Amino acid sequence: MSRRAPSADRRAPAVALPRLLWIPATAAFALVALPVAGLLLRADWPRMPELLTSEAALDALRLSLVTAAIATLLCIVLGGPLAVVLARGHLPGLRVLRSVVLLPLVLPPVVGGLALLFLLGRTGLVGRQLDLWFGITIPFTTTAVVLAQTFVALPFLVVSLEGALRTAGGRYEAVAATLGATPGYAFRHVTVPLVLPGLASGSVLAFARSLGEFGATTAFAGSLQGTTRTLPLLVYLERETDVDGAVALSLLLVAVAVVVVGAGRSRVTQGLS
Amino acid sequence: MSSPLDPAAGLDAAVVVHRPGFALDVELTVAPGDVLAILGPNGAGKSTLLDVLAGLLRPDAGHVRLGDRTLAGPGVHVPPHRRGVGLLAQQHLLFPHLSALANVAFGPRAQGASRRAALARARELLDAVDAGSLADRRPGQLSGGQQQRVALARALAAEPGLLLLDEPLAALDVDATPAMRALLRRTIRGSTVRDGDRTSVLVTHSALDALVLADRVIVLVAGRAVEEGPVREVLARPRSPFAARIAGLDLVPGTACPGGLRTADGLVVAGHAEAVDDGEPAVAVFPPAAVAVFAERPHGSPRNVVPVRLAAVEPHGDLVRLRAGVRDGGPAWAEGLAADVTPAALVDLPVEPGAELWFAVKATEVAIHPAGRRP
Repeated sequence: MSRRAPSADRRAPAVALPRLLWIPATAAFALVALPVAGLLLRADWPRMPELLTSEAALDALRLSLVTAAIATLLCIVLGGPLAVVLARGHLPGLRVLRSVVLLPLVLPPVVGGLALLFLLGRTGLVGRQLDLWFGITIPFTTTAVVLAQTFVALPFLVVSLEGALRTAGGRYEAVAATLGATPGYAFRHVTVPLVLPGLASGSVLAFARSLGEFGATTAFAGSLQGTTRTLPLLVYLERETDVDGAVALSLLLVAVAVVVVGAGRSRVTQGLS
Repeated sequence: MSSPLDPAAGLDAAVVVHRPGFALDVELTVAPGDVLAILGPNGAGKSTLLDVLAGLLRPDAGHVRLGDRTLAGPGVHVPPHRRGVGLLAQQHLLFPHLSALANVAFGPRAQGASRRAALARARELLDAVDAGSLADRRPGQLSGGQQQRVALARALAAEPGLLLLDEPLAALDVDATPAMRALLRRTIRGSTVRDGDRTSVLVTHSALDALVLADRVIVLVAGRAVEEGPVREVLARPRSPFAARIAGLDLVPGTACPGGLRTADGLVVAGHAEAVDDGEPAVAVFPPAAVAVFAERPHGSPRNVVPVRLAAVEPHGDLVRLRAGVRDGGPAWAEGLAADVTPAALVDLPVEPGAELWFAVKATEVAIHPAGRRP
């Protein structure tokens, strides 16, 4: 199954590419790759272990991994069903609903953070009631970090899963029904396995987006060590005082991102065929 | 869960569906264990009809009754998973993430059978469709014919009270078609697979499929039944242009015998057998263009020869079609036989209605197919 792609690639280039394409393509690649290479060159490698094992760094790394994992889980649990409704549901106004869901993709994250604050802040529409009735305060807690990350990452999962659901179509579910499968049984044993590759790639994207989240987190959760100061926030902070530390943490983020995307990619390409 | 279904439940349906620019309005009944073929051109509403029977589409009016259960009617719409109506489509639609065995076990599992019982049943059915050795393969690793076999086993494993076959042979290449047709025949008509006869509705483009697999046929054109009756009758004497175009075959009923087919009056029509056993009800099939016409009884090369009385002469494209009637002392099955001859060949023949002629067809042009019920 994974063999198919490379063999197709080998057959494909029968027609030469227009040469002019190579210039902007090279420039685009350089724009992405060179800054990361610059980080590698700029890094203070001998002090690296010390920089990465500082208490602040370890706190931030732990917090980032935990919150991004929870946010990804929330995206799957909440965004998965939303994607199914968007792809298969028959509702008036589904288009409007879809554009609203995609809003975090185009919204500046800091605006999203402010919006969350005005909704869930202590004087906010919902936040006031939570505070009055249950004594729950969300802003500037780890919960706020998770909510901010879920907010920005949700569309990534919804978009890739909805695409997978549309591609799969509803024909297999129809066959399952004629075999006596209830809609729930068909969903668990046919729909979910069929869209698993789409779910996996969506989850990877959502996790990566959560891990890198900065704007909404600063606005909604602040920057308290061990509670809300995730890796990107720590990088931003260290940049002022300890450039070497900031570079080291940046490389850590790059490494985590590479691992996540690499793992996700192999999962996706190994998918069902 | 669906209740245990009587495999020999009859179908009684009246289906009305209105769509912009299209209307389906057809009534059909299928006796328990019978197979009804639905012939019709593209866009006639055949697939829409099957969707309504399967419960995938709500009719605008009418009813669907299977045995004593009402599946659809005023205020009633039993969802597809509680109908016990199986579907074998042109595309096999095997679940790509499951092995052949797991695909076949899907129905029993979904209906609550234990894993062990479902797998045992699946193995049994895979063996029954000659796909036992493919149990562990994924659908992507199977040929088109193998995929369709497994899909048939999967549909049967769910023990449907009604089996819908939507052009099950159309997507197969020519090499795989005869074997699959024979398998379908013994599955829905024969006794090799448990439960024996199965009430079925077969949608097809092919007169041969209808002849081999079905008892009765409905010809559907533009959403309406234009012709209906026993397959052999409709195909031998088509009244609608569509049926005539797809049929256009000479048919002689009888039972298969060594070297050909024995008619009711004891005559033997020589031909080559296509997946038919001696003694089985069969039909000899040959194209009218293969029939040579003589004024005197021909001698020489090995041919089937039958005396007829000319009933009608009609133009048929560039050819002329001669319709036969029964001659005094001649076989009764000559009634309706057609011979297509060139206008030049008519010069030497008496062509006034009532003329006495001989129809001759070479044994190599005659195919003997199974048809009708086993005795």
